[in-house]
Amino acid sequence: MFKRWNLKGGLDLEGHKDLSRQYSIINAAIPDQLIYPLVDRSGNAMTVLVKTGDRVLKGQVIAGSKGVQGTLLHAASSGLVKENEWRMIAHPSGLKSWCLIIATDGLDEPGPVYEPVDYTQLSAADICEKVHQAGIVGLGGASFPTAVKITPNNVRAVDTLIINGAECEPYITCDDRLMQQYPSEILLGIQVLLRALAIESCVIGIEEDMPEAIEAIQQAIECSGFKQIQVKVVPAVYPVGGERQLIYLLTGRETPSQGLPVDVGVVCQNVGTVMAVYQAIVKGQVLIERVVTVTGLGIKKPQNRWVRIGTPIKDLVSQCGGYNGPIERLIMGGLMMGFSLPDDGVGITKATNCILVATSKEVTKSSEAEIQPCIRCGECASACPVNLLPQQIYWHSQGGAHQKCQSFGLFDCIECGCCDVVCPSHIPLVQYFRASKSKLFLKRREDEAATLAKQRFENRDTRKVQEKVEREQRIRLKKLALVKLQKGRPSAPAKMQDKS
Amino acid sequence: MLWICLLFAFLGVILGYAAFRFKVEGDPLVVEIEALLPQTQCGQCGFPGCKPYAEAIAQGNADINQCPPGGEVGVKALADLLGLDAKPLDESFGIEKEKKVAVIVEVDCIGCTLCIQACPVDAILGAAKYMHTVIASECTGCDLCVEPCPVDCIVMTAINPSVLNWQWPEPIQNRH
Amino acid sequence: MQEYLLILVSTILVNNFVLVKFLGLCPFMGVSRKLETAMGMGLATTFVLTLSSVCSYTVNRYLLLPLELEYLRTIVFIVVIAFVVQFTEVVVHKTSPILYQALGIFLPLITTNCAVLGVALLNVQAQNGFLQSALYGFGAAIGFSMVLVSFAALRERIELADVPLPFKGNAIALVTAGLMSMAFMGFSGWVEG
Repeated sequence: MFKRWNLKGGLDLEGHKDLSRQYSIINAAIPDQLIYPLVDRSGNAMTVLVKTGDRVLKGQVIAGSKGVQGTLLHAASSGLVKENEWRMIAHPSGLKSWCLIIATDGLDEPGPVYEPVDYTQLSAADICEKVHQAGIVGLGGASFPTAVKITPNNVRAVDTLIINGAECEPYITCDDRLMQQYPSEILLGIQVLLRALAIESCVIGIEEDMPEAIEAIQQAIECSGFKQIQVKVVPAVYPVGGERQLIYLLTGRETPSQGLPVDVGVVCQNVGTVMAVYQAIVKGQVLIERVVTVTGLGIKKPQNRWVRIGTPIKDLVSQCGGYNGPIERLIMGGLMMGFSLPDDGVGITKATNCILVATSKEVTKSSEAEIQPCIRCGECASACPVNLLPQQIYWHSQGGAHQKCQSFGLFDCIECGCCDVVCPSHIPLVQYFRASKSKLFLKRREDEAATLAKQRFENRDTRKVQEKVEREQRIRLKKLALVKLQKGRPSAPAKMQDKS
Repeated sequence: MLWICLLFAFLGVILGYAAFRFKVEGDPLVVEIEALLPQTQCGQCGFPGCKPYAEAIAQGNADINQCPPGGEVGVKALADLLGLDAKPLDESFGIEKEKKVAVIVEVDCIGCTLCIQACPVDAILGAAKYMHTVIASECTGCDLCVEPCPVDCIVMTAINPSVLNWQWPEPIQNRH
Repeated sequence: MQEYLLILVSTILVNNFVLVKFLGLCPFMGVSRKLETAMGMGLATTFVLTLSSVCSYTVNRYLLLPLELEYLRTIVFIVVIAFVVQFTEVVVHKTSPILYQALGIFLPLITTNCAVLGVALLNVQAQNGFLQSALYGFGAAIGFSMVLVSFAALRERIELADVPLPFKGNAIALVTAGLMSMAFMGFSGWVEG
């Protein structure tokens, strides 16, 4: 009945999931302060909607970004708004940005209460609006606004909703735990999404090494009678949890290069996002907390927690027993796709699914001497899950021919890091690809600026010519008027004017 | 011998007709060259704007290494287009600098409009006797407004690194 | 039929004009820096070579031989070739200005491309018929283009390689050409002549 399309490439990585998998999710304590970077996923500034010194309540809107992909940010607890601070944010650059700080008062006083509603009475537009009001974004890591994904006019002919429960990155177990502990809530969330999309069919893809989660979801389906929801088990191959990879594996449909899943009739949502939708629509709770896996050999008690968005990593780490010996790297996100943080004063964002406190046993420091020349073994090409030729892209990237990289499909690279892992010469391939992408983006921006400058320069030129003509005309007219005054011949100026 | 002469004459006539039939109007090459120039309109190359410089290159009146804002990368792109050897930038036309943005120190501005007239891309806003300001997103960093300012209130400032313009660093390579 | 096929195999691979007979080396080194221009040069040369070998055959057979003016052969051939090249130049200038600019000096140089005159003269020497001459010229041009394009593709990659300083640029290109030539030696003996 269910044909599984084979994922090309990918890797069988060691999961390290047992570090945190067996403990149930506990609520994290309210931290002393909450930190919210005032930039959205594309780096644009967010507008602060509260003033310094204001007292905000839990769930109150504190900031928002404009535009089609705008989102809202809510206070995760009650407290006082402090001066904005210029501090480090959760970004691979390690750069600083303005952050909104809330000093919590520990009362956790709830703000405006949204009445829980019966979702079966809501229209699709109502659901989208509520999802937007609740500030829900994709919790899988990309932070794409969920409301935009499910808004009817953005959804062309969609026939399938895919729920991504394939948590393929090593160490991360937050979606696994969610499915084990909240299966019926997730099913209700799916019902809400199906209603918003006005479709029937839904597939949940879960990795085969999460038997408890599969069991829990299947049982919940039995009990609830939502028979149209199918559970499909996918192989535990990294990166099967990538959106495009999962869609291909479950439906056999290939998302076009530079296209979106919508183009092949699919909307894909992460399990965590579905949970957030459930909480927003059925419970009337806005998105102020998410499940975060705190794991790695460098932490005393690895576990999953409901963490309020904005909690400093330092607080979270101390709640999990603190650091365990010398730490090699502090990674936000997974081992493969995450990025290192220079310090632990950064706040948890909506995209943070995992804090990996890695020791030298888990991450090897890549030294420059280890990097050897490419021997063209082709291992990277067979590991690549998106059918690229990493070796070719690398060759052009290292030579500075970034434009050529593009013709080899650089922008289809999902930066999964499979090629890095298999490379016998230890070439940091993904680093090359990211650098090339940055260069090409910069080039594109520069080209746009150049076109604008050229146009403005030309406009100015034509304007100057026109001004000159007009000035000459004025002078001529003045002269003519003088002549007319002196000689009193009215026909002359008219003739001259015709000529000019 | 006469036949040979007739043959040559005949070939000559065909060539003449072809030259007439396939006559090239304008120079499409100028457009291609101009597309590679940074459009700073700074005039450092000795021509009043990027287009005149492109025309000069196409006609062979200017070398490809006279554009400091385009830098070595720009020279290389031009060399590739024209099938020439890339060469270092001619320093008599200026050296390659990091792109900057003009900022008017607003308290010092006297509202003389001289900088507005100097700006090649109309990126300065203001009126006589009123404070002027630079539209940063449209400034090409050409430096042309700095010279005319009588009170030296225009400074060229570096663009701050931010999340928006940040670049992934390139890996270090062991090269020969 | 077999004879015609052998002419093609012979001119393209076994007796490749560039790598075995060492004719037409100047565009081979000069226009092989970029793949696109190499392709353009290959196309232009293919056109010129085929046309000029046909033209020179016709002129030789129907003008020079009946009039017993064989001693003028070289001069007449040069004029015929110059005409074909000039004609191609005008057309290319109109249709592809970039190619025109890229070919630059090399397009007029096809006139003095020894491969072109070589083909015309070798045709006479081998006493080839009309179709044989056309195929000989065409084959020679295909062989030239193939070698030129593959060499350009190699050079584009070498450009990005970490070549030791003394070998950078033309030095490594010449080494590569030598290696290619040696590779083509492998075809020798397939076809006679």
